[in-house]
Amino acid sequence: MGGPEIERLIGLLAKLPGLGPRSARRTALRLLQQPEARMLPLAAALAEAARAVRPCGLCGNLDSADPCTICTDADRDGGLICVVEGVGDLWALERAHVHRGRYHVLGGTLSALAGIAPEDLNVAPLLARARAGGVREIILALGATVDGATTMHWLTEKLRPLGVAVSRVGQGMPMGGALDVLDDGTLAAALRARQPL
Amino acid sequence: MEWEAPAIVLAVRPFGEGDAIATVMTEAHGLHRGLARGAQARLRAALWQPGNLVQLRWVGRLADQLGSFSAEMVHPTAALALDDALALAMLTAVCAVAEGALPEREPHPRVFDGLLHLLARLAQGPSMLDALIRWEADLLTDLGYGLDLARCAVTGSREDLAFVSPRSGCAVSEAGAGQWRERLLPLPTLLLGQAPGTARDWRDGLRLTGHFLARDVFGLQHKPLPPARLRLPDLLPPDPASPDPPPPDPSGAATPLP
Repeated sequence: MGGPEIERLIGLLAKLPGLGPRSARRTALRLLQQPEARMLPLAAALAEAARAVRPCGLCGNLDSADPCTICTDADRDGGLICVVEGVGDLWALERAHVHRGRYHVLGGTLSALAGIAPEDLNVAPLLARARAGGVREIILALGATVDGATTMHWLTEKLRPLGVAVSRVGQGMPMGGALDVLDDGTLAAALRARQPL
Repeated sequence: MEWEAPAIVLAVRPFGEGDAIATVMTEAHGLHRGLARGAQARLRAALWQPGNLVQLRWVGRLADQLGSFSAEMVHPTAALALDDALALAMLTAVCAVAEGALPEREPHPRVFDGLLHLLARLAQGPSMLDALIRWEADLLTDLGYGLDLARCAVTGSREDLAFVSPRSGCAVSEAGAGQWRERLLPLPTLLLGQAPGTARDWRDGLRLTGHFLARDVFGLQHKPLPPARLRLPDLLPPDPASPDPPPPDPSGAATPLP
């Protein structure tokens, strides 16, 4: 089409989530048409992020500082740890400004099918944090899936003997949700988790 | 080509960004795989969870193609089991065993019916372990590795059957066990249909069916028992007759989960 460089660029872009070959070609074209304004700053940002960003040694969050800015934030409640599956979940909670404690990123969930065992997850540092003291409560914010729930039960089994309170995020009605459009499983979870008024 | 049938979702593997390769079991088509489009999407992910009973439609150009699935929920088994560690462990164990043990596209209606009844009643708690152990024994029989529990392999007696030979799968009576007693597998009475199982029976039963599944079914495929099945005995309620009961919870703190 226009040389191996362009083909390589399109090929790499097409591997990104949400982009297929067609949208990768459109993105490449837009970048190539404005190299000074878009392409070079993007390339510099990519190179800088690849150089500086690392997983936090304490919680597994991605940050250019280690420990990350969340772990070193003195305004946060160090006694409250929210366990999430991935960094995307951490970002979602941060976006919502609903958790003022610290986090722990597991890096996945236990899965017999995918062959993901406890040693493949970031579990040992979580148990070490709980054992070290100062942790009051651990909130398990994992997905409402078979793998997520299996991980939750397994973690509870490991954390309970350490004397830390373990809780999990609620399940049921989403904001703005109507009963008639909810799936049967969500309805059942919502009824089970009903609260007195 | 197409067909439609009630199906149990056994396994779902991500395929691409939003799709998945689903493994299901139906009464007439046995274990069947197919492409489930959008199975990873937020609105469809709840449907494609292991254990769920769905009304499934398979469409393919030729019978031997992978084809694609579309489905509607009939019974959200997975969602109902999420809060109960033992129910969830039983669900994942039976789905993993069925997925790994059964040959593809070969009907096993008795195994399907047993699995259906088992999954529908998971919420009944540990008593469903009786049904799980019987289902595994039926699975072994359907695959040609059935246990012979009719009479003692040594004395020919039909009374006092208490063990199973780990080599032949034949029952052995108390009197016939003799010097081999320590090497035989205990036979739980629930497999003889004599009484509902106790905690000890469940341990013995899982050990018994697990031994033959591992050796004859998974061993022949050069695979270990699925991790979910290996872990199931660890979650059984404690056996009151056991000389070494598990240590009490040192924290003593009440935790809201599960």
